[in-house]
Amino acid sequence: MKDSGFKIIVNGLLKENPIFVLTLGMCPALATTTSAINGMSMGLATLFVLFGSNIVVSMLKNIIPDKVRILAYVVVIATFESVVEMLIHAYFPSLYESLGIFIPLIVVNCMVLGRAEAFAATNSVFKSALDGLGMGLGFTFALTLLGVARELLGTGKAFGYVVFPDQYGALIFVLAPGAFIVLGYIIVVMNRFKKIRRL
Amino acid sequence: MKKLSSSFLNMVSVLSGITIIAAVTLTYVYMQTKDQINHSQEVKQLEAIRTVLPPFDHLDLKPLDMNDGVETMKVYKAYDRKNNFVGAAVESSSNNGYKGHIDIMVGFDKQGIIYNYTVLEQNETPGLGSKMIDWFKTKKGNQNILGKNPATANLSVTKTGGEVDAITAATISSKAFLFAIRNAYFAFTSNIESSIQLTETNADSTQQDVKEPINNNVEMKGNN
Repeated sequence: MKDSGFKIIVNGLLKENPIFVLTLGMCPALATTTSAINGMSMGLATLFVLFGSNIVVSMLKNIIPDKVRILAYVVVIATFESVVEMLIHAYFPSLYESLGIFIPLIVVNCMVLGRAEAFAATNSVFKSALDGLGMGLGFTFALTLLGVARELLGTGKAFGYVVFPDQYGALIFVLAPGAFIVLGYIIVVMNRFKKIRRL
Repeated sequence: MKKLSSSFLNMVSVLSGITIIAAVTLTYVYMQTKDQINHSQEVKQLEAIRTVLPPFDHLDLKPLDMNDGVETMKVYKAYDRKNNFVGAAVESSSNNGYKGHIDIMVGFDKQGIIYNYTVLEQNETPGLGSKMIDWFKTKKGNQNILGKNPATANLSVTKTGGEVDAITAATISSKAFLFAIRNAYFAFTSNIESSIQLTETNADSTQQDVKEPINNNVEMKGNN
């Protein structure tokens, strides 16, 4: 890979956005985006784990024997996840409550393991760090967008600020079906955008 | 640097090495955050108590724990500066919510009138059952429960003959919530007498005697 650092970040943010293009890590993306702030915090927590685990996996890539590499990656990822969980619990207790079970589930987010296996295991530490950052930012961007759209359509608020009164909101957007609908439309728009740019 | 081969010794030593480092890191972070986690939980608890009670000066040091076999209630008694009983906050819960556990904190003044409540934990459907957070505080129809005394008012949903309007389309959540409120009241009444008496006779050393376990469990269970 002869990509420059900037390209790697943009790659994660737009061209290979984990949610809108790769559709990896759908479970937390759909479940935690009931509000903008939840989506964004989940994205940032995942960003931290992805960034850390990509760096460590890349550093260890030569000393991890092939046959146990997945095990080793999972241990690394789980360590970072536990650190994030304890930090959030200690310093952002209300956030900890609203994200609940989805923080521990970062461990099994296929996106994190996927980047460790597909990118960090074959690239330099610096590139892996950038990839983790790019992918993490892409994930955060996607989750924030989903969260804002759902919160706005469902309750008329954005980041907790009232845009229009509650009763005009469509409750379905806060519930699970709304997550799929919003995600579907965002992917449509993203694909359209990509087509236009290629022409 | 060449990749290590997958020999048994390599695999065991590398995996052990990684897990040991992980364990050390986690232990360190745990030690660093433990106090802060406890502290933030205490702050949250106190915050909840302050919102549900009239202004007070200090609390009993230790809450009274009560168990009716299914649910556990915690009673935090509050006193003003002269050690007069002003009311008690009761942490109460129900496992019969639409999505499981509901944990609430409800405050009673010294007559047993509901002063305020706050929902500590709930997983009810957003937009329906989760409205319980302010539904029962809103003065509209018969949905308000503040200012009512569970001894004289029948605090259950109108469907089952009570006098409180259930949340629209969330009767199960409403029932579970009101059950927790009633339960809290039983926990409150089963020790209110002792606390008032104590404050009158022995104003200086109130806190010592209140910790006695109270065995009204059977009665409380009967009322569920």
